[in-house]
Amino acid sequence: MNYPDTALVADTQLPALQVVIPLLSAPLCALARNRRAAYAITLLASWSALVIAVLLLLRVHAHGTISYALGGWAPPWGIEYRIDYLNAFVLVLLSSIGAIVAAYAPASVDSEIPRDRQPLFYCAYMLCLTGVLGIAATGDAFNVFVFLEVAALSSYILISLGKSRKALNAAYQYLVMGTIGSTFILIGIGFLYMMTGTLNMVDLAERLAPVRTTRPVLTAFAFFTVGVSIKMALFPLHLWLPNAYTRAPSVVTAFIASTGTKVAVYIMIRFIFTVYGVQFAFASTPVAAALISLSLLGIFFASTAAIFQRNVKRMLAYSSIAQIGYMVLGISFVSVNGLTGGIVHLFNHALMKGALFLAVGCVMLRMKRTKLEEFRGLGYRMPVTMFAFTIAGLSMIGVPMTVGFVSKWYLILAALEKGWWPVAALILLSSLLAVVYIWRVIEVAYFQKPPEDAPPVTEAPLSMLIPLCVLTAATIYFGIFTGATAGIAHRAAEMLMAGGVH
Amino acid sequence: MSAQTAMVIAPLVPLAGALAVSLLGRWPNVREAISLITGAALFFVVVTLVPVIGAGVRPAARIVEIFPGVPFAFDLEPLGMLFALVASGLWIVTTLYSIGYMRGHHEENQTRFYACFAVAIAAAISAAFSGNLLTLFISYEVLTLSTYPLVTHHGTEEAKRAGRVYLGILFSTSICFLLFAILWTWHLTGTLDFRPGGILAGKADPTTLGVLLALFAFGTGKAALMPFHRWLPAAMVAPTPVSALLHAVAVVKTGVFTVMKIVIYIFGIDLLSASAMNEWLIYAACFTILVASFVAMTKDNLKARLAYSTISQLSYIVLGAALATKSSIIGGSMHIAMHAVGKITLFFCAGAIFVASHKKNISEMRGIGRAMPFTMSAFLLASLSVIGLPPMGGMWSKWFLGLGAVEAKEWIPLAVLMISSLLNIAYLVPVGVQAFFRPPDGSAPDTGLHEAPILCVVPLCITALGCIALFFYAGQIHDFLAPLAMP
Amino acid sequence: MSHLFSHYNYWIVIVLMMTGFYTVISRGNMVKKLIGLNIFQTSVFLLFITMGKIKGGTAPIVMAGKEDVVYSNPIPHVLILTAIVVGVSTTALGLALVVRIKEAYGTVEEDEVQAEDIRR
Repeated sequence: MNYPDTALVADTQLPALQVVIPLLSAPLCALARNRRAAYAITLLASWSALVIAVLLLLRVHAHGTISYALGGWAPPWGIEYRIDYLNAFVLVLLSSIGAIVAAYAPASVDSEIPRDRQPLFYCAYMLCLTGVLGIAATGDAFNVFVFLEVAALSSYILISLGKSRKALNAAYQYLVMGTIGSTFILIGIGFLYMMTGTLNMVDLAERLAPVRTTRPVLTAFAFFTVGVSIKMALFPLHLWLPNAYTRAPSVVTAFIASTGTKVAVYIMIRFIFTVYGVQFAFASTPVAAALISLSLLGIFFASTAAIFQRNVKRMLAYSSIAQIGYMVLGISFVSVNGLTGGIVHLFNHALMKGALFLAVGCVMLRMKRTKLEEFRGLGYRMPVTMFAFTIAGLSMIGVPMTVGFVSKWYLILAALEKGWWPVAALILLSSLLAVVYIWRVIEVAYFQKPPEDAPPVTEAPLSMLIPLCVLTAATIYFGIFTGATAGIAHRAAEMLMAGGVH
Repeated sequence: MSAQTAMVIAPLVPLAGALAVSLLGRWPNVREAISLITGAALFFVVVTLVPVIGAGVRPAARIVEIFPGVPFAFDLEPLGMLFALVASGLWIVTTLYSIGYMRGHHEENQTRFYACFAVAIAAAISAAFSGNLLTLFISYEVLTLSTYPLVTHHGTEEAKRAGRVYLGILFSTSICFLLFAILWTWHLTGTLDFRPGGILAGKADPTTLGVLLALFAFGTGKAALMPFHRWLPAAMVAPTPVSALLHAVAVVKTGVFTVMKIVIYIFGIDLLSASAMNEWLIYAACFTILVASFVAMTKDNLKARLAYSTISQLSYIVLGAALATKSSIIGGSMHIAMHAVGKITLFFCAGAIFVASHKKNISEMRGIGRAMPFTMSAFLLASLSVIGLPPMGGMWSKWFLGLGAVEAKEWIPLAVLMISSLLNIAYLVPVGVQAFFRPPDGSAPDTGLHEAPILCVVPLCITALGCIALFFYAGQIHDFLAPLAMP
Repeated sequence: MSHLFSHYNYWIVIVLMMTGFYTVISRGNMVKKLIGLNIFQTSVFLLFITMGKIKGGTAPIVMAGKEDVVYSNPIPHVLILTAIVVGVSTTALGLALVVRIKEAYGTVEEDEVQAEDIRR
């Protein structure tokens, strides 16, 4: 068979290690039975995952796409891990969030999760990291499903660990929705296999060409799109998200908000551009029009909903739904600039929403709740936390010199290129909604006095503040020096637009 | 120090000052000494650049490439030089005044005040030096954000509401219109650099130009073109030094500077006047000039009256840009300096009156001239400058604006300029006149001389004398600005 | 007619899928919902398994000396083994959650749980 391989066949084990290290550390955590030991394993594994991801990105940058045959079984028969610019970038993002959140975790976890369950918590955390990293690393369609379920099942567990009993119901609802979503994806993959007899993505792309317009392939595409849309909480399939994010422990919210939906967006990009090909996905189906209108509706609906929330965590959850809209919008522009905007926003949003949720986690640690009234006077009582919240919030608005501005710049540019003035105007207008919901918190934190009988509040411990400040600083750093993020996203976008096979 | 280095250092000086102020805020004397030293250092650095620009050199520096082809870059030319000179010069005076005012008034959170002030100046300087639209936009937004804590300084419910109006208008106009226009320009031309003669020539049809001009003019909310002027009166809840420097000089002047710079270096004067798309902006500016003057007459609160007067005067500069003739451009640019010095004096006086007698309303100020002769004399002098009478600097900028209207054969703006001067007389002169010539309220005992603290009075005397000095230095300013009108 | 029934396996898959999906949507009882979810997943397993069947095909065990044997495609079956594991763990986790919900709320009816949540 002619397997279109121009990729460098891996001479390293890095792609496998990327997934295997967190995978193996999960049972170790469970066996450790001691929260400190489990935490040490988590920290070690997540930071080594980050190192590996960075090494992979550097390798891709130096030598081009890496192809790794799992177990030595040559693709397309065996499972291939295929690392190109896009997923190397996503891997770095996912593992850095995993590492930073792991560093942040212990104090917050101690206050929210009973001690005897903590080893199991870390076990689930590592499984979740394994899942998202696996999704990003693999080049095999069925493997995507498996890792998707690994990530999903562990995140149901993580969410159900929330302090209030409402977390249980939130996790249950997420489980039902999430399983439907992943089963839809499975159906899509099944139809694709039926028509082509292969599961390797690159091979799929090749073999789909002659049968692209057949009905099973179209059906597969429909199932797949809906399934992924549930997973990434695209409006109106977002119903599971607000409760899940609100009820989960702070650490989990920060981690899942910055990785879970992002990785679903990655799958969408990968399948649309690499497997199906842009021509098919957007020229012969009305999916682009549907995605654009849904994402715009989602941006406005969710941002408006965010304005009316009284719980800050839930407000940020709605804001996440809106931000997913920007990413999908970027994808559905089908242009290099649009895709750059979508991919870079995937990264940027993970940074700023991660920072926001970490800041809320600090508030949760001290105030035990995250209602808006808990924030009264926090600007002076927890100055570092609230300052970080403000900076990350400004980034959500899209103020220049923050990462949010970079994403918006590319998205609007893409809209103007297409001549879609109303879309460009709507993107700008939607930033104003972000101003409203972010400023509500800032006003309460800086202008309202805490109640007279409020107990004294101290700043969160350094172990939480440092990761928070690192993420916050990153939102500014990557807002000024965009070469690393937007530059790589641009290369990835060019590669994807050119057909996505390298 | 080469001009390029000086240019890059200039905005860093106040930033470093802000850092030092926030670190050493515990010791008020040290903090205020640092503020003054920073002000002097900034002014020194800016002054060293003046002869370079005067000699026709245009130093440029690319700091960091934010987007491919769109760096954060500085590129200095006479208009920016003038603005930077005015802002940095008046900053020293304002710092002196702030020390007197804030101490005399026992304000809280003074460290935050001085730190934010310094950041705002850094943003204004960076806007003045900006080499492309993105740099200007970034500085513009940083200025908005850094002045927000100053506007809401008192932390009261009223301050919070004012902060909402302030941020709401400035953010929404800049994000919805200005950023949109910037991206559109990039889309049309593939560059955002400020270039003599503009970058839009041949890239856009007249209708597009008209729409773009509207987006730019209204997007620059800081230029306070009606109907986006509400933030300026709202911002008057801030302590007076803030109103003085930021809302007579740095913030509003960044707004009109942005409009002027865009007209000269993005559109190009010739393109704009040839396209006839400037017509509507001329009338929008005329409308704002007149209506704001009328509103000013109805205000009894002195700061509110001055705020509306500022709105009206800002539109002179927008008018100068909109007329797009050689004289009007120079007149408008000159007015940035002339109005700044005049209006800051008026605000200083308002603050001094408030510190000395806690009076805010004009109707309460009868006879106050006897107690505060220096303050009220300065007020009268500055009023004359704002009105545009000799021997005050304000006369020259109006003269060139009128000349520009004649060059453009636009008679309505000329008439508006005349009427507006009369209106200025009607709302400014009575304040000074009744302070000196009407007896104080019978109830108030005559307490003799009762001036504000010396640190309040000295700065306002300096700026009042500055109004007179500018009358004599107008020729130099004109020659300095002359390259603006020659593409 | 024969065309309709020649692919009867798909009809079974569709009926099962819709039954499961309908149960998930319409039932308020959390256990029943999970059972519906299970049926829904099972239909997909069936879809995969039946697609591997080739007419006249036999189990894919290579027999020495026989050249013209048609084998069924084993890959979908292997895949579905994994999917079954996933399905079982999902069900187990879902049931565990339901047990916890029963402990915390005293009910497994969705509307009652929601009412409790709103009340507090």
